[in-house]
Amino acid sequence: MSVTNLNLGYVPLIDAAPLFIAQALGFAEEEGLNLTLLPAPSWSSLRDMLSVGHVVAAHMLAPVPIAIAMGLGAGPTPIEALMVLNLNGNTIGVSQKLAEQMRAQGYDFDFSDAVKARDALLAVSNTLRVGVPFPFSMHQMLIQYWLRGSNQFFPTGLEIQTVPPPRMVEALAAGEIDVFCVGEPRGSVAVEKGAGALLLPGSAIWQAAPEKVLASRVGWAEEEPHIAGALMRALFRSGQWLSQPENYSVASELLVAPGRLDVSAEVIERVLSGRLLISQLGVERRVQRFLEFHIGAANFPWRSQAAWIGAQLAWRHGLDPAPAIAAARTVFRSDLYRLHMKAAGAELPSASDKLEGAVCVPTAAAATQGRLILQPDQFFDARIFNPTEPQR
Amino acid sequence: MIIDGLREAGDFDVFVIGEEAGLTRRIAERNPDVVLIDAGNPSRDALEDLATASAPMRRPVAMFVDQTDAAMTKAAIEAGMSAYVVDGLRPERLRPILDVAIARFQMVQKMRVELVETRRALEERKVIDRAKGILMRARGIGEEEAYVLLRKAAMDQGKKVADMAQALVIATDLLK
Repeated sequence: MSVTNLNLGYVPLIDAAPLFIAQALGFAEEEGLNLTLLPAPSWSSLRDMLSVGHVVAAHMLAPVPIAIAMGLGAGPTPIEALMVLNLNGNTIGVSQKLAEQMRAQGYDFDFSDAVKARDALLAVSNTLRVGVPFPFSMHQMLIQYWLRGSNQFFPTGLEIQTVPPPRMVEALAAGEIDVFCVGEPRGSVAVEKGAGALLLPGSAIWQAAPEKVLASRVGWAEEEPHIAGALMRALFRSGQWLSQPENYSVASELLVAPGRLDVSAEVIERVLSGRLLISQLGVERRVQRFLEFHIGAANFPWRSQAAWIGAQLAWRHGLDPAPAIAAARTVFRSDLYRLHMKAAGAELPSASDKLEGAVCVPTAAAATQGRLILQPDQFFDARIFNPTEPQR
Repeated sequence: MIIDGLREAGDFDVFVIGEEAGLTRRIAERNPDVVLIDAGNPSRDALEDLATASAPMRRPVAMFVDQTDAAMTKAAIEAGMSAYVVDGLRPERLRPILDVAIARFQMVQKMRVELVETRRALEERKVIDRAKGILMRARGIGEEEAYVLLRKAAMDQGKKVADMAQALVIATDLLK
């Protein structure tokens, strides 16, 4: 079999794991691919690397291709999502100062109840400066969604600003921001360095938030169907492997190999198994599906997920939601996923849309291939998002 | 160097922001026409805030990409420069800025490579000198003869003289 060389881009975070695992364990090789993984210092430069063809595909924030399709931000070339790489994996943390004030008020840092956490935050401060990694990110959306009606909760001001992840801990320690929402391992590093305490996992706001996608230039996957399919299947198998608890410690060791992630294997293992240290007091909290690479058709790019992201962006930027949602839906290529993933034995749902937030317990769903059990995907406020009748 | 280049290229007001904290606020205070940032700097993502209307500058900003000239864009990105330009700035005005920035970057890059090479050469020279000294003392021979010996040994082993010298120095240290 001939071998195809492929350049993939990523930002060094734990959820880039499927790319590393595909390379390290031979999932890519089995599909006839030789991957070269290129790290990017920032999301904007990763987007540019995709635009100019320096990389053919990348580990990308799910909202980025949607924002570009909606004409928001600085994106010269349209890109699309071939599959979801992972759900969840973010943490929300507060500065040491806020944490102490909240503890003094009797808040127990349960790391699960988003309403309680918001009330506790409001009890000690009515202004809030929040750092997120990128304007078009699930972090920014989760914060917006959680503090929606922020005038009610923070009457004198909620300010969300972009702070590059490598600077997040420093910004929190220096008092430039009070709260952050960031992908692991940055939250754990903040705790380790004594800069703050973790307040919530991202999954406490939305139990199944599409976090990173495999993104490529619009049209590439159709021009190179064999390569695109091979890449998608290799990454699918990586996610499958990563989701098995018996692989967590091997995965952690593989991910800290030179040239991969600059964080301790112990932190990675905690993140993969959902056992996070939330403060320097040594308190550990367990989170179900803290970071999900596979289970519950996690890789399927639901059009309704794209619609939710499109709707949030439209409301935030004052755009008409209907065309925004229509544009967003075309970006998540559930059609290509169906085409290429059949051969990998992936569960393929009968529909490409679902009501987002409607599943409270694992539920069997109709599938054209495999046995599909949808996992809980509720929002913290129990609202249900219907992609055909989006309501703010 | 970019600053010098820009000053030579035309009449620009150039401000350098060295502090990354509160980057967007600092930029908003200056209200510049063009922001140049090293694309390798993670703080670049903070500039994306400026690209959205809700950002501190309160007006649309776009990344300048000359769609008609892909090679130019590519060169700019590979050179590690990207430009964020206020909407309405004419591309003709931007091009000389980018040209200068890229040229300067390549010059700096070349100097960096040269510096690394020079350092390495110096290190090698030091090791070879030490190895020669060892041989001269051990065998009671002159400097030139010691070098010939070292070079012959290196050739026989298919190694670089510097590597051979390094091996000798390490071996001698071990025997002490």
